[in-house]
Amino acid sequence: MGMEGIGARVARKEDKRFLTGKGRYTDDMIVPGMKFAYFVRSPHAHARITGIDVSAAKAMPGVIDVLDGKQLQADGIGNLICGWMIHSKDGSPMKMGAWRPLAVDTVRYVGDAVAIVVADTAAEARDAAEAVVVDYDELPAVTTSLAALGEGAPQIHPEAPGNLIFDWQIGDGAATDAAIASAAHVTEIEIHNNRLSPNPMEPRATLGIYDSAEDHFTCYTTSQNPHVARLVMSAFYNVAPENKLRVIAPDVGGGFGSKIYIYPEEIVCLWASKKTGVPVKWTSDRTEAFLTDAHGRDHVSKVKMAFDKDHRIIGLKVDTIANLGAYMSLFSSAVPTYLYATLLSGQYAIPAIHANVRTVYTNTVPVDAYRGAGRPEATYLLERTMETAARELGISPAELRRKNFIRSFPYQTPVIMNYDAGDYEASLSAAMQAADWDGFPARRAQSEARGKKRGIGMSCYIEACGIAPSQAVGSLGAGVGLWESAEVRVNAVGTIEVLTGSHSHGQGHETTFAQLVADRLGVPIASVNIVHGDTDKVQMGMGTYGSRSGAVGMSAIVKALDKVEMKAKKIAAHLMEADESDIVIENGELKVAGTDKSLPWFQVALAAYTAHNLPAGMEPGLKEGAFYDPSNFTFPAGCYIAEVEVDPETGKTEILQFVAADDFGNIINPLIVEGQVHGGLAQGIGQALLEEVRYDEATGQILTASYMDYAMPRADDLPSFTLSHQNTPCPGNPLGIKGCGEAGAIGSPPALINAITDAIGINDLTMPATPLKVWSALQGSSMRMAAE
Amino acid sequence: MYATSYHRASSVGEAVNLRSSQEEGRYISGGMTLIATMKQRLAAPSNLIDLRHIGELKGISVEGRAVRIGAATPHADVAGSAALRAVCPAICNLAGMIGDPHVRHMGTIGGSVANNDPAADYPSAVLALNATVITDRREIAADDFFVGMFETALEEAEMITAIRFEAPERAGYAKFANPASRYALTGVFVAKFTSGVRVAVTGAGANGVFRVPEMEAALAASWSPESVAGVSVDPGMLMSDMHATSEYRANLVRVMAKRAVQAS
Ligand SMILES: Cc1cc2nc3c(=O)[nH]c(=O)nc-3n(C[C@H](O)[C@H](O)[C@H](O)COP(=O)(O)OP(=O)(O)OC[C@H]3O[C@@H](n4cnc5c(N)ncnc54)[C@H](O)[C@@H]3O)c2cc1C
Repeated sequence: MGMEGIGARVARKEDKRFLTGKGRYTDDMIVPGMKFAYFVRSPHAHARITGIDVSAAKAMPGVIDVLDGKQLQADGIGNLICGWMIHSKDGSPMKMGAWRPLAVDTVRYVGDAVAIVVADTAAEARDAAEAVVVDYDELPAVTTSLAALGEGAPQIHPEAPGNLIFDWQIGDGAATDAAIASAAHVTEIEIHNNRLSPNPMEPRATLGIYDSAEDHFTCYTTSQNPHVARLVMSAFYNVAPENKLRVIAPDVGGGFGSKIYIYPEEIVCLWASKKTGVPVKWTSDRTEAFLTDAHGRDHVSKVKMAFDKDHRIIGLKVDTIANLGAYMSLFSSAVPTYLYATLLSGQYAIPAIHANVRTVYTNTVPVDAYRGAGRPEATYLLERTMETAARELGISPAELRRKNFIRSFPYQTPVIMNYDAGDYEASLSAAMQAADWDGFPARRAQSEARGKKRGIGMSCYIEACGIAPSQAVGSLGAGVGLWESAEVRVNAVGTIEVLTGSHSHGQGHETTFAQLVADRLGVPIASVNIVHGDTDKVQMGMGTYGSRSGAVGMSAIVKALDKVEMKAKKIAAHLMEADESDIVIENGELKVAGTDKSLPWFQVALAAYTAHNLPAGMEPGLKEGAFYDPSNFTFPAGCYIAEVEVDPETGKTEILQFVAADDFGNIINPLIVEGQVHGGLAQGIGQALLEEVRYDEATGQILTASYMDYAMPRADDLPSFTLSHQNTPCPGNPLGIKGCGEAGAIGSPPALINAITDAIGINDLTMPATPLKVWSALQGSSMRMAAE
Repeated sequence: MYATSYHRASSVGEAVNLRSSQEEGRYISGGMTLIATMKQRLAAPSNLIDLRHIGELKGISVEGRAVRIGAATPHADVAGSAALRAVCPAICNLAGMIGDPHVRHMGTIGGSVANNDPAADYPSAVLALNATVITDRREIAADDFFVGMFETALEEAEMITAIRFEAPERAGYAKFANPASRYALTGVFVAKFTSGVRVAVTGAGANGVFRVPEMEAALAASWSPESVAGVSVDPGMLMSDMHATSEYRANLVRVMAKRAVQAS
């Protein structure tokens, strides 16, 4: 089905609903008797709770109840957990402090939930929350990882002495040290990866409904993975057994990772619904989103990259400190370890790599996966280091990369990953050509004549998507398997429903998944419906993150389609008295090859459901399910080039061009892929130039809790993008696809910083490269505004 | 937002009466500042008196070089007024740089001037244009109007009804926007009259909008970007925050002054 099948630029089916305001989000859900919650939150970064007086609040108009952490604990509701076990290099397990859904004796960051007020209206709940009197004994707070590890730093959790959660390593330290000792040149650099707030357009929300007649809970929530939410809430938080808990994630307006995790609010609203006997809805406002949505990044690293006399990398040593905030969020431990250090080989053949990672508690919002999750940190570190090395060695950045590219596959890196396919040279050449790299000196001269400083920079990224082979991640400490499930139901009249464990919150699954079905069965995408986001409808699933829905989610659909096809062919062969092997599927029909005999899908489907005339022994119906567990990660890679002009008078950077050459393997829908790249680039450019969560180091107050102070990229901060795709199909999955959701955010920050540092001739610059920082650097005072 | 009572006035007199008779009353014009503050529960007026339906507060009149802008005139109208652009394009350009289209269609000059946010754009124009702030009870010279950050000479319940000024021979505005809020990190408005030159800076001053006499003198001697290039302001009198140090702001004052003259 060329028009709508794989590879077609089909406009998104879901856009009409979204663009006309008809999406149905959690906050749109209204159920009889529903009441509203407001959370009392800590105004302090670190304090002991000495008393909570709710009497005045309970007497306020409309208030149904005010509940606190002691009551929650008394009812046996469990603590939040981190689902990935990491062991320190001394063999000891990570030191996880207790994260109570409502704080009981200590609050550890500004925004930590202390009590919930349930009232007739949201405004009444908020009014009453202001009347809850919490007595605090303030404790000293610490917000940066370096300070938290320092002598005499405030102790945040008793379980983690010195605030150190784990001290982990990967790779061969001795071999790496030996390489550095024997090197012709060693490039040393310190890398800061700035803390970001995810800012999905839809703030988090949840609606907890307890049905006393059935002793059953329903949780509407803004989740990227409703089944994981149910699993975790049942298994660890004792909210309800799985068969008594339905989780629904309806339309969700963006996640970027921040909606993977189970947050206190979901658990507390479910519990509060049972406690109060009314359905309880909570919707975050934007300030609460800044205060409580898991942040991303926040790494400080020291890097040594060793070269031989021919400019070949012979060793890479990395020492990273990652700030995990006040509590360990669901996948927080995996991000700075297996999603980060395993990518430190980049696109390069590096014989020896060693990375040491320490993770640290601070009095800040918990940090977890955010678009890219570990891979942007690895890419930024490597590509800034490569650029620095090229400058020190006096060779062109492209040549240094070309010298070190991995060129034969499969390639086993020294840090676990086994790259299956790639052609890094192809993307590099395509990007350099699209950017007219060779014409840059002339363009720079033109800028100079206008008093501007022009620079160009590249970044060659690789990432690991298609998360992930279950057995492999299990052996590395994951608490779950990362397969995906699908069910394909051909209805009696030939329309099709696909139930998927993936969850769409901006990715366009309703379109791309339908395109796959259209391609395979030859039906129009209008007759295919994608069902997701409801644990009562969909069998089981692991959700959407890590660019996994194509490579893993669609592969499960392929497996289910294989089974449907096989059965349909059997039925068609039986009905047309042909041999099964002669049946082909074309244009919505099952045909006997080489004859004019054919049956449309609906007749085959109808025959399956009437069961009047099926092959002997065949079960009625045409519905098949499948689970797909990937055999490896997938490895999208590419080359990004940024060209910028800096105004030396103000320090302001203008992006003149941005070129992205990506190898995502086969592409289902180029339009959607381009949209994903554009969005990722916007976030990467945001990180490089604009965004940073800042804290007051003395008080632990967040300084960037609104768009007045947190600089979100706007359309006019972004240039038009020049995109191209190279294709080495992924050998590991049936569709040959790799994933495209995160690449833009992963590859772009180093390209920009390499370009800006090239423009100003100063290499020491941290993200975000604000006008203030760039101007200050030009004044000779290299400022470290970042996470120090 | 706390509960509040809304009143729609149809004349200046009615509005002032309503405002004077209500405890904790506040005028609301475009609401672009006030509503946001109320939603954050940082302001809790029990009564709001809406000025947007008072005809006499709206509109722009240009007679010869005499300009009068009604207090409830939205930024978009100022940005789009051909009559005003013919005599003083700089103020139209300034209005066109405020916020985004939504804000420009709601926010008003009276609200902006009354609010006197240290990073707002209009105060620099009002001060540099030597404008007169007309209220329900008196006329106040710009030099006397802006008292400090968010502070003005307005008395309790006093309402701005219009801003009046003589169009200058030349004027220009240059703004360096805060990357997050897009308010002025530093904005400089320069105006040249037969009687002299006025330069006003917003976004930078530790005490709100201010004039720069050294630049005024230099530009009076020679109206060119180079004249201000060498004039520096003392960082000690400027704001310093996470978005801009006072040294950086001092630099921006110089650079934006140059560009304002260039744009004139
Ligand atoms: C997203 C956004 C971006 C913005 N960007 C900018 C920007 O770049 N530059 C900029 O300068 N501003 C900016 N603003 C502010 C905007 O210009 C506001 O409209 C303006 O500051 C206030 O005008 P208003 O009419 O909305 O006043 P309101 O919010 O209605 O009132 C503000 C205050 O003035 C008082 N008031 C209102 N009218 C009168 C009157 N006639 N007499 C006496 N008191 C009165 C009110 O009681 C209140 O205290 C932005 C606002 C938003 C929401």
